[in-house]
Amino acid sequence: MKLAVASGKGGTGKSMVAANLAFTLAWTVPVTLVDCDVEEPNLHLFFPAPATTTDVTVPVPVVDETVCDHCGRCGEFCQFGAITVLCDRALFFPELCHSCGGCTYVCPKGAIHEHPRRIGTIATSLPRSNLKLFTGMLDTGNPHAVPIIRAAKELAAADPIVICDTAPGTSCPVVEALDGCDACILVTESTPFGLHDLRLAVDVAERLGIPAGIVINRSDGKDAQTLDFCAGHDLDVLMTIPFDRDIAAIQGRGDLLCQHRPEWQKAFFALFTRCSALAGVNR
Amino acid sequence: MKICITAQGETLASQVEERFGRAPYFILVDSETGSFEAMQNPYAAGAGGVGPKAAQLLIAHDIQALISGQVGGNAREVLVAAKIAMYTYRDGGPVKDALARFTNNTLAREG
Repeated sequence: MKLAVASGKGGTGKSMVAANLAFTLAWTVPVTLVDCDVEEPNLHLFFPAPATTTDVTVPVPVVDETVCDHCGRCGEFCQFGAITVLCDRALFFPELCHSCGGCTYVCPKGAIHEHPRRIGTIATSLPRSNLKLFTGMLDTGNPHAVPIIRAAKELAAADPIVICDTAPGTSCPVVEALDGCDACILVTESTPFGLHDLRLAVDVAERLGIPAGIVINRSDGKDAQTLDFCAGHDLDVLMTIPFDRDIAAIQGRGDLLCQHRPEWQKAFFALFTRCSALAGVNR
Repeated sequence: MKICITAQGETLASQVEERFGRAPYFILVDSETGSFEAMQNPYAAGAGGVGPKAAQLLIAHDIQALISGQVGGNAREVLVAAKIAMYTYRDGGPVKDALARFTNNTLAREG
Protein backbone atom coordinates (compact mmCIF):
# COMPACT_ATOMS: atom_id res chain seq x y z
CA MET A 1 0.00 0.00 0.00
CA LYS A 2 1.18 3.49 -0.86
CA LEU A 3 0.14 6.21 1.54
CA ALA A 4 0.79 9.95 1.28
CA VAL A 5 0.84 12.44 4.11
CA ALA A 6 -0.08 15.92 2.87
CA SER A 7 -1.52 19.06 4.39
CA GLY A 8 -2.02 22.22 2.43
CA LYS A 9 -0.76 24.40 5.26
CA GLY A 10 2.87 24.02 6.24
CA GLY A 11 3.86 23.17 9.79
CA THR A 12 0.75 21.18 10.66
CA GLY A 13 2.70 18.02 11.45
CA LYS A 14 2.98 15.98 8.26
CA SER A 15 6.44 14.70 9.06
CA MET A 16 5.50 14.06 12.69
CA VAL A 17 2.60 11.87 11.55
CA ALA A 18 4.63 10.13 8.83
CA ALA A 19 7.58 9.43 11.15
CA ASN A 20 5.48 8.09 14.02
CA LEU A 21 3.33 6.00 11.70
CA ALA A 22 6.42 4.43 10.12
CA PHE A 23 8.09 3.90 13.51
CA THR A 24 5.01 2.13 14.84
CA LEU A 25 4.41 -0.08 11.80
CA ALA A 26 8.08 -1.10 11.60
CA TRP A 27 7.66 -3.16 14.80
CA THR A 28 5.70 -5.69 12.76
CA VAL A 29 6.13 -5.08 9.02
CA PRO A 30 8.72 -3.64 6.64
CA VAL A 31 8.02 0.04 5.97
CA THR A 32 9.53 2.46 3.46
CA LEU A 33 9.43 6.18 4.16
CA VAL A 34 9.90 8.50 1.18
CA ASP A 35 10.65 12.12 2.01
CA CYS A 36 9.06 13.89 -0.96
CA ASP A 37 9.52 17.36 0.55
CA VAL A 38 12.71 17.61 -1.48
CA GLU A 39 13.19 21.35 -0.98
CA GLU A 40 13.40 20.91 2.78
CA PRO A 41 13.43 17.22 3.72
CA ASN A 42 13.31 16.58 7.45
CA LEU A 43 12.41 12.93 8.15
CA HIS A 44 16.12 12.14 8.48
CA LEU A 45 16.14 14.32 11.62
CA PHE A 46 13.83 11.80 13.31
CA PHE A 47 15.86 8.88 11.98
CA PRO A 48 19.56 9.76 11.98
CA ALA A 49 21.54 6.99 10.27
CA PRO A 50 24.40 6.63 7.80
CA ALA A 51 23.11 6.99 4.25
CA THR A 52 24.30 6.23 0.75
CA THR A 53 23.66 8.99 -1.72
CA THR A 54 22.98 8.79 -5.43
CA ASP A 55 22.64 11.63 -7.91
CA VAL A 56 19.41 12.44 -9.70
CA THR A 57 19.94 13.76 -13.20
CA VAL A 58 17.72 15.08 -15.96
CA PRO A 59 18.58 15.14 -19.67
CA VAL A 60 19.39 18.61 -21.01
CA PRO A 61 20.43 19.66 -24.51
CA VAL A 62 24.00 20.35 -25.55
CA VAL A 63 24.39 22.14 -28.87
CA ASP A 64 27.28 21.10 -31.08
CA GLU A 65 28.35 24.50 -32.42
CA THR A 66 30.44 22.85 -35.15
CA VAL A 67 27.24 21.44 -36.67
CA CYS A 68 24.64 24.08 -35.68
CA ASP A 69 23.81 26.63 -38.38
CA HIS A 70 21.76 28.80 -35.95
CA CYS A 71 18.50 28.34 -37.81
CA GLY A 72 16.67 28.98 -34.51
CA ARG A 73 14.07 26.18 -34.75
CA CYS A 74 14.96 24.84 -31.29
CA GLY A 75 14.49 28.30 -29.74
CA GLU A 76 11.14 28.74 -31.49
CA PHE A 77 10.02 25.31 -30.35
CA CYS A 78 10.99 25.68 -26.69
CA GLN A 79 7.97 27.11 -24.90
CA PHE A 80 10.02 27.54 -21.73
CA GLY A 81 12.54 29.95 -23.27
CA ALA A 82 15.42 27.64 -22.37
CA ILE A 83 17.21 28.09 -25.71
CA THR A 84 17.87 31.41 -27.40
CA VAL A 85 19.61 31.29 -30.77
CA LEU A 86 21.68 34.29 -31.86
CA CYS A 87 23.22 34.73 -35.29
CA ASP A 88 26.49 33.18 -34.17
CA ARG A 89 25.65 30.99 -31.17
CA ALA A 90 22.96 29.31 -29.11
CA LEU A 91 22.43 30.23 -25.45
CA PHE A 92 21.03 27.60 -23.09
CA PHE A 93 19.42 28.26 -19.70
CA PRO A 94 19.38 24.94 -17.84
CA GLU A 95 17.09 26.11 -15.03
CA LEU A 96 14.35 26.90 -17.56
CA CYS A 97 14.63 23.52 -19.34
CA HIS A 98 11.89 20.94 -18.64
CA SER A 99 13.84 18.11 -20.33
CA CYS A 100 11.14 17.47 -22.91
CA GLY A 101 13.70 16.64 -25.60
CA GLY A 102 11.77 18.61 -28.23
CA CYS A 103 14.81 20.65 -29.29
CA THR A 104 16.73 17.52 -30.26
CA TYR A 105 13.68 16.38 -32.22
CA VAL A 106 13.15 19.58 -34.25
CA CYS A 107 16.83 20.27 -35.03
CA PRO A 108 17.22 19.67 -38.78
CA LYS A 109 21.01 19.30 -38.44
CA GLY A 110 21.03 16.79 -35.61
CA ALA A 111 23.23 19.26 -33.74
CA ILE A 112 21.59 18.80 -30.34
CA HIS A 113 22.27 15.89 -28.03
CA GLU A 114 21.06 15.31 -24.51
CA HIS A 115 23.43 15.02 -21.60
CA PRO A 116 22.61 14.29 -17.95
CA ARG A 117 22.59 17.25 -15.58
CA ARG A 118 22.50 16.73 -11.83
CA ILE A 119 19.60 18.44 -10.05
CA GLY A 120 19.68 16.72 -6.67
CA THR A 121 20.26 13.53 -4.73
CA ILE A 122 18.48 10.67 -3.03
CA ALA A 123 19.87 9.43 0.28
CA THR A 124 19.05 5.85 1.25
CA SER A 125 19.30 4.73 4.85
CA LEU A 126 18.14 1.88 7.10
CA PRO A 127 17.67 3.67 10.43
CA ARG A 128 15.82 0.84 12.21
CA SER A 129 15.01 -2.78 11.68
CA ASN A 130 12.21 -3.01 9.08
CA LEU A 131 12.51 0.70 8.24
CA LYS A 132 13.97 2.12 5.03
CA LEU A 133 14.19 5.85 4.36
CA PHE A 134 14.60 7.52 0.96
CA THR A 135 15.31 11.22 1.24
CA GLY A 136 14.98 13.26 -1.93
CA MET A 137 17.02 16.45 -1.85
CA LEU A 138 16.93 19.17 -4.48
CA ASP A 139 20.19 21.00 -5.14
CA THR A 140 20.11 24.64 -4.04
CA GLY A 141 19.14 26.96 -6.86
CA ASN A 142 17.41 24.28 -8.88
CA PRO A 143 13.71 24.87 -9.57
CA HIS A 144 12.56 21.39 -10.60
CA ALA A 145 11.51 19.29 -7.61
CA VAL A 146 9.32 16.86 -9.55
CA PRO A 147 12.03 14.64 -11.12
CA ILE A 148 13.59 14.06 -7.67
CA ILE A 149 10.24 13.05 -6.18
CA ARG A 150 9.58 10.74 -9.11
CA ALA A 151 13.00 9.11 -8.75
CA ALA A 152 12.60 8.64 -4.99
CA LYS A 153 9.16 7.05 -5.42
CA GLU A 154 10.51 4.76 -8.13
CA LEU A 155 13.11 3.41 -5.71
CA ALA A 156 10.28 2.44 -3.37
CA ALA A 157 7.97 1.15 -6.11
CA ALA A 158 8.28 -2.54 -5.22
CA ASP A 159 8.09 -2.11 -1.44
CA PRO A 160 4.95 -3.39 0.31
CA ILE A 161 4.18 -0.40 2.56
CA VAL A 162 5.31 3.02 1.39
CA ILE A 163 4.62 6.28 3.22
CA CYS A 164 5.30 9.45 1.21
CA ASP A 165 5.77 12.63 3.22
CA THR A 166 4.87 15.47 0.86
CA ALA A 167 5.74 19.15 0.69
CA PRO A 168 3.12 21.60 1.99
CA GLY A 169 0.86 23.37 -0.47
CA THR A 170 -0.95 22.10 -3.53
CA SER A 171 1.58 22.66 -6.31
CA CYS A 172 3.30 20.25 -8.71
CA PRO A 173 5.60 18.64 -6.09
CA VAL A 174 2.56 17.73 -3.97
CA VAL A 175 0.65 16.38 -6.97
CA GLU A 176 3.68 14.30 -7.97
CA ALA A 177 4.01 12.88 -4.44
CA LEU A 178 0.28 12.04 -4.27
CA ASP A 179 0.16 10.53 -7.75
CA GLY A 180 -0.33 6.77 -7.62
CA CYS A 181 -0.95 6.62 -3.86
CA ASP A 182 -3.80 4.41 -2.61
CA ALA A 183 -4.86 6.86 0.10
CA CYS A 184 -3.71 10.06 1.72
CA ILE A 185 -3.71 11.49 5.20
CA LEU A 186 -4.33 15.24 5.30
CA VAL A 187 -2.93 16.79 8.45
CA THR A 188 -4.58 19.98 9.66
CA GLU A 189 -4.63 22.10 12.81
CA SER A 190 -7.31 23.91 14.79
CA THR A 191 -6.81 27.30 13.19
CA PRO A 192 -8.69 29.18 10.45
CA PHE A 193 -5.54 28.99 8.33
CA GLY A 194 -5.35 25.23 8.87
CA LEU A 195 -8.94 24.81 7.72
CA HIS A 196 -8.52 27.17 4.77
CA ASP A 197 -5.59 25.19 3.39
CA LEU A 198 -7.22 21.86 4.25
CA ARG A 199 -10.00 22.78 1.80
CA LEU A 200 -7.38 23.27 -0.92
CA ALA A 201 -5.67 19.97 -0.11
CA VAL A 202 -9.00 18.10 -0.10
CA ASP A 203 -9.72 19.56 -3.53
CA VAL A 204 -6.39 18.27 -4.87
CA ALA A 205 -6.96 14.77 -3.47
CA GLU A 206 -10.49 14.72 -4.92
CA ARG A 207 -9.27 15.75 -8.36
CA LEU A 208 -6.58 13.05 -8.27
CA GLY A 209 -9.17 10.50 -7.17
CA ILE A 210 -7.25 9.57 -4.02
CA PRO A 211 -9.29 8.70 -0.92
CA ALA A 212 -8.41 11.06 1.91
CA GLY A 213 -8.75 11.04 5.68
CA ILE A 214 -8.04 13.81 8.14
CA VAL A 215 -5.69 14.05 11.12
CA ILE A 216 -6.28 17.05 13.38
CA ASN A 217 -3.02 17.96 15.07
CA ARG A 218 -2.45 20.37 17.97
CA SER A 219 -6.17 20.25 18.67
CA ASP A 220 -7.30 22.78 21.29
CA GLY A 221 -10.68 21.06 21.42
CA LYS A 222 -12.32 23.79 19.36
CA ASP A 223 -12.52 21.85 16.14
CA ALA A 224 -16.21 22.38 15.35
CA GLN A 225 -15.55 24.16 12.05
CA THR A 226 -13.09 21.52 10.89
CA LEU A 227 -15.44 18.72 11.95
CA ASP A 228 -18.33 20.41 10.11
CA PHE A 229 -16.23 20.70 6.98
CA CYS A 230 -15.20 17.03 7.20
CA ALA A 231 -18.80 15.91 7.75
CA GLY A 232 -19.93 18.00 4.80
CA HIS A 233 -17.31 16.43 2.52
CA ASP A 234 -17.71 12.86 3.76
CA LEU A 235 -14.18 12.88 5.20
CA ASP A 236 -13.33 10.76 8.23
CA VAL A 237 -11.27 12.27 11.02
CA LEU A 238 -8.81 9.42 11.45
CA MET A 239 -7.01 10.75 14.52
CA THR A 240 -6.87 13.82 16.75
CA ILE A 241 -3.63 14.80 18.49
CA PRO A 242 -4.06 17.32 21.32
CA PHE A 243 -2.25 20.61 21.74
CA ASP A 244 0.02 19.40 24.51
CA ARG A 245 3.22 20.77 25.97
CA ASP A 246 4.77 17.34 26.51
CA ILE A 247 4.13 16.29 22.90
CA ALA A 248 5.56 19.59 21.66
CA ALA A 249 8.69 19.08 23.80
CA ILE A 250 9.28 15.58 22.39
CA GLN A 251 8.75 16.84 18.85
CA GLY A 252 10.92 19.90 19.45
CA ARG A 253 13.86 17.69 20.45
CA GLY A 254 13.51 15.77 17.20
CA ASP A 255 12.30 12.72 19.09
CA LEU A 256 9.44 10.40 18.26
CA LEU A 257 6.19 10.61 20.22
CA CYS A 258 5.59 6.87 19.83
CA GLN A 259 9.03 6.06 21.24
CA HIS A 260 8.76 8.28 24.31
CA ARG A 261 5.06 7.76 24.89
CA PRO A 262 4.54 4.17 23.67
CA GLU A 263 0.81 4.37 24.46
CA TRP A 264 0.53 6.43 21.24
CA GLN A 265 1.57 3.43 19.15
CA LYS A 266 -1.93 2.04 19.52
CA ALA A 267 -3.39 5.23 18.04
CA PHE A 268 -0.96 5.15 15.11
CA PHE A 269 -1.70 1.46 14.47
CA ALA A 270 -5.38 2.38 14.39
CA LEU A 271 -4.56 5.23 12.01
CA PHE A 272 -2.95 2.77 9.63
CA THR A 273 -5.86 0.36 9.83
CA ARG A 274 -8.25 3.19 8.99
CA CYS A 275 -6.03 4.25 6.07
CA SER A 276 -6.06 0.68 4.77
CA ALA A 277 -9.85 0.73 4.93
CA LEU A 278 -9.86 4.05 3.04
CA ALA A 279 -7.65 2.58 0.35
CA GLY A 280 -9.69 -0.59 0.19
CA VAL A 281 -6.55 -2.60 0.91
CA ASN A 282 -6.44 -5.50 3.33
CA ARG A 283 -3.16 -5.90 5.14
CA MET B 1 18.92 53.25 -34.52
CA LYS B 2 15.96 51.16 -33.38
CA ILE B 3 15.02 51.47 -29.74
CA CYS B 4 12.56 49.41 -27.72
CA ILE B 5 10.73 50.88 -24.70
CA THR B 6 8.63 48.62 -22.50
CA ALA B 7 5.16 50.12 -22.05
CA GLN B 8 1.77 49.55 -20.48
CA GLY B 9 -0.06 50.78 -23.58
CA GLU B 10 0.28 51.37 -27.31
CA THR B 11 1.21 55.06 -27.56
CA LEU B 12 4.03 57.43 -26.65
CA ALA B 13 1.77 58.74 -23.87
CA SER B 14 1.50 55.28 -22.31
CA GLN B 15 3.31 54.69 -19.05
CA VAL B 16 6.66 52.93 -19.17
CA GLU B 17 6.35 49.36 -17.86
CA GLU B 18 9.18 48.57 -15.46
CA ARG B 19 9.21 44.84 -16.16
CA PHE B 20 10.82 43.64 -19.36
CA GLY B 21 9.65 40.07 -20.14
CA ARG B 22 6.12 40.68 -18.88
CA ALA B 23 5.64 44.16 -20.32
CA PRO B 24 2.23 44.33 -22.09
CA TYR B 25 3.67 46.30 -25.03
CA PHE B 26 6.97 47.07 -26.68
CA ILE B 27 7.15 50.51 -28.30
CA LEU B 28 9.68 50.34 -31.13
CA VAL B 29 11.08 53.74 -32.06
CA ASP B 30 13.32 54.72 -34.95
CA SER B 31 15.52 57.39 -33.36
CA GLU B 32 16.43 58.98 -36.71
CA THR B 33 12.92 59.54 -38.03
CA GLY B 34 11.01 59.54 -34.73
CA SER B 35 8.48 57.08 -36.15
CA PHE B 36 7.23 54.37 -33.84
CA GLU B 37 5.13 51.25 -33.75
CA ALA B 38 3.58 49.38 -30.83
CA MET B 39 3.98 45.64 -30.61
CA GLN B 40 1.96 43.53 -28.20
CA ASN B 41 4.24 41.26 -26.15
CA PRO B 42 3.06 37.71 -26.86
CA TYR B 43 4.89 36.44 -23.76
CA ALA B 44 3.41 38.92 -21.25
CA ALA B 45 1.26 36.23 -19.64
CA GLY B 46 3.55 33.26 -20.34
CA ALA B 47 4.22 30.63 -17.69
CA GLY B 48 7.99 30.94 -17.62
CA GLY B 49 11.11 31.74 -19.57
CA VAL B 50 9.48 34.93 -20.87
CA GLY B 51 12.66 37.03 -20.48
CA PRO B 52 14.80 35.15 -23.03
CA LYS B 53 11.81 34.83 -25.37
CA ALA B 54 11.13 38.57 -25.28
CA ALA B 55 14.86 39.22 -25.82
CA GLN B 56 14.74 36.94 -28.86
CA LEU B 57 11.88 39.06 -30.17
CA LEU B 58 14.01 42.22 -29.91
CA ILE B 59 16.81 40.48 -31.81
CA ALA B 60 14.35 39.51 -34.55
CA HIS B 61 13.26 43.18 -34.83
CA ASP B 62 16.85 44.37 -35.07
CA ILE B 63 16.62 46.48 -31.90
CA GLN B 64 19.89 48.08 -30.76
CA ALA B 65 18.83 49.61 -27.44
CA LEU B 66 16.28 48.71 -24.78
CA ILE B 67 14.77 51.07 -22.20
CA SER B 68 13.05 49.32 -19.30
CA GLY B 69 12.84 49.40 -15.52
CA GLN B 70 14.42 46.06 -14.79
CA VAL B 71 15.80 43.23 -16.89
CA GLY B 72 16.08 39.74 -15.39
CA GLY B 73 19.24 37.64 -15.40
CA ASN B 74 18.39 35.31 -18.28
CA ALA B 75 17.11 38.09 -20.53
CA ARG B 76 20.15 40.18 -19.67
CA GLU B 77 22.46 37.35 -20.75
CA VAL B 78 20.71 37.17 -24.13
CA LEU B 79 20.72 40.96 -24.60
CA VAL B 80 24.42 41.23 -23.70
CA ALA B 81 25.27 38.41 -26.11
CA ALA B 82 23.22 40.12 -28.83
CA LYS B 83 24.96 43.44 -28.04
CA ILE B 84 21.66 45.22 -27.33
CA ALA B 85 22.34 48.17 -25.02
CA MET B 86 20.20 48.34 -21.86
CA TYR B 87 19.07 51.61 -20.29
CA THR B 88 17.21 51.96 -17.00
CA TYR B 89 14.13 54.18 -16.65
CA ARG B 90 12.24 54.03 -13.35
CA ASP B 91 10.61 57.45 -13.11
CA GLY B 92 7.11 56.15 -13.71
CA GLY B 93 6.53 58.57 -16.59
CA PRO B 94 5.29 58.10 -20.16
CA VAL B 95 7.22 56.55 -23.03
CA LYS B 96 7.92 59.97 -24.57
CA ASP B 97 9.65 61.08 -21.34
CA ALA B 98 11.89 58.02 -21.40
CA LEU B 99 12.61 58.67 -25.06
CA ALA B 100 13.49 62.33 -24.38
CA ARG B 101 15.85 61.33 -21.60
CA PHE B 102 17.44 58.73 -23.87
CA THR B 103 17.91 61.38 -26.59
CA ASN B 104 19.42 63.79 -24.02
CA ASN B 105 21.71 61.00 -22.93
CA THR B 106 20.58 61.21 -19.29
CA LEU B 107 19.53 57.57 -18.81
CA ALA B 108 21.82 55.19 -16.93
CA ARG B 109 23.22 52.44 -19.06
CA GLU B 110 23.52 49.01 -17.49
CA GLY B 111 24.79 45.55 -18.30
